[in-house]
Amino acid sequence: MARNPLLRTFSRHLLKPLTFWLLALPGIWLAWQWAMLLNGQPHGLGFNPIETTHRFLGDTAIRILLISLAVTPIRDLTKWGPIMMVRRRIGLAAFWYALLHILAYLGLDLFIEAGTASGAMAALWRDVTDRIYITLGMSAFILLIPMAITSFNGMQRLLGSRRWQGLHRLVYPLAILAVLHHGFMVKGFQLAPWIHGGILAALLVYRLVGMKARKRPQPSASKS
Amino acid sequence: MFIHKKHPWQSREDDVTPKGLYLNRRKIIASGGALALTGLSACEAQSGQDGAAPAAAGTRPTSGELAHRSGDYQVADPLTPYPAVTGYNNFYEFGVGKDDPARYAGALTTDPWSIDVEGHAARTGTFALEDVVDFSDLEERIYRLRCVEAWSMVIPWIGVPLASVLASFEPTSQARYVQFVTDLDRDEMRGTRFPVLDWPYVEGLRMDEAMNELAFLAVGLYGEVLPNQNGAPVRLVVPWKYGYKSIKSIVKIRFVSEQPETSWNRSAPHEYGFYSNVNPNRAHPRWSQRSERVIGGNVFARRDTEMFNGYSEQVAHMYAGMDLIENH
Repeated sequence: MARNPLLRTFSRHLLKPLTFWLLALPGIWLAWQWAMLLNGQPHGLGFNPIETTHRFLGDTAIRILLISLAVTPIRDLTKWGPIMMVRRRIGLAAFWYALLHILAYLGLDLFIEAGTASGAMAALWRDVTDRIYITLGMSAFILLIPMAITSFNGMQRLLGSRRWQGLHRLVYPLAILAVLHHGFMVKGFQLAPWIHGGILAALLVYRLVGMKARKRPQPSASKS
Repeated sequence: MFIHKKHPWQSREDDVTPKGLYLNRRKIIASGGALALTGLSACEAQSGQDGAAPAAAGTRPTSGELAHRSGDYQVADPLTPYPAVTGYNNFYEFGVGKDDPARYAGALTTDPWSIDVEGHAARTGTFALEDVVDFSDLEERIYRLRCVEAWSMVIPWIGVPLASVLASFEPTSQARYVQFVTDLDRDEMRGTRFPVLDWPYVEGLRMDEAMNELAFLAVGLYGEVLPNQNGAPVRLVVPWKYGYKSIKSIVKIRFVSEQPETSWNRSAPHEYGFYSNVNPNRAHPRWSQRSERVIGGNVFARRDTEMFNGYSEQVAHMYAGMDLIENH
């Protein structure tokens, strides 16, 4: 595949910037809509812009997280190695959108309601302890933090690749927590969290099958 | 012209006279629509019954202006703009997105419309909507609407008191509760093809709640026939309860002796009780009910949620001695 010169040029020069701008696009769109709204212009945030913002940032974070989990399977299936170059920035984008999601909740809901920063923080803590879907969502975010901090090459060297890889397996439980957070938030029996959950389940099954396949030859190898 | 009962939550007429949009709509209707035929000014048209000719008995308009008089029930806060009232809806029969009802509810056939009346009443059977609601005697009531999702609106409904409608069926002493059922048409209501809730949607009230002066059957809003997304052609409005109690597109009324099942209570009993009175002291298990986001105005606007949505004077007596946390 690397023999295709067009694809090689694309991988070498365009893949990283293109991925960056695609990942930034939802944030740019949201910022643009808020700018329109605050200027009294028609905007795409609907009649409950704060609610729209929460849903949009949360959905974006979960979807980018799912995309980051799909990178390795895509590499395996297409044998297109260069895609691994953008895995980190996809994962980091999920972290940034999750952070914005929490900051929006803190600022646009809890701070406006409480009136003071300490009141908002107290309310956040109360929500984390009292409300199951916020407990789940916050747990998912807390697991994202060490992954974001150790995402740099230097940290990877510092930890050693085995430990680093072990730490970054946190992405599986945290993705489950994030999808559960969504599922416990909606009213009634709704489709969207199940779609996210179904995609996540498929990705997890792929990894489990892959791990088993890699383990299986080992005992036979030791016998021979 | 009108003698208003003075309630504590009432305000001066000019406070509740709607903003530009409402006036504009009225003007457009008055100058271009049916009212122009009677040669009345927009100002006169606003006083309702003098303006439009009352509908002949047994008929109802299916679009446009509804003749009505202004009622006694108003609130101090500004009206929620028409586009928000008709563009931001929970009506899961048409999809779970807030804009789904506005997009898809047009598919619902609202004419003809009949209502089955069953149970403990002298008059039961199937009635045309025109025979249940007297379209020649409609009033406007401006009520708060508090959604369980912690947002609120102020809406000028057109309709009739629920008590007079229920009384016309002559319920017997065994009728201790009344249950309402929403239409279920899988072809016209695309949201019902997916089991978000156990369709059809059902709601209920205790008989004294149903006969309370505030309970209202709406057939219109903002002076016009109810848009489909708001529950056309006839819906309940119980302003002291969370919005989901105000069941839409009613096809059945049952007078029963036992507390009836209600859709959200069946879906998540620990979250949604039978009574569902607006209560800032009882948090929803997943979010606080202390305050609410005001839809349609300043995007950052919040207001403190009031007990019974501010209607304590009219309804609190019905719950005297009841634990409203337990009986949420």
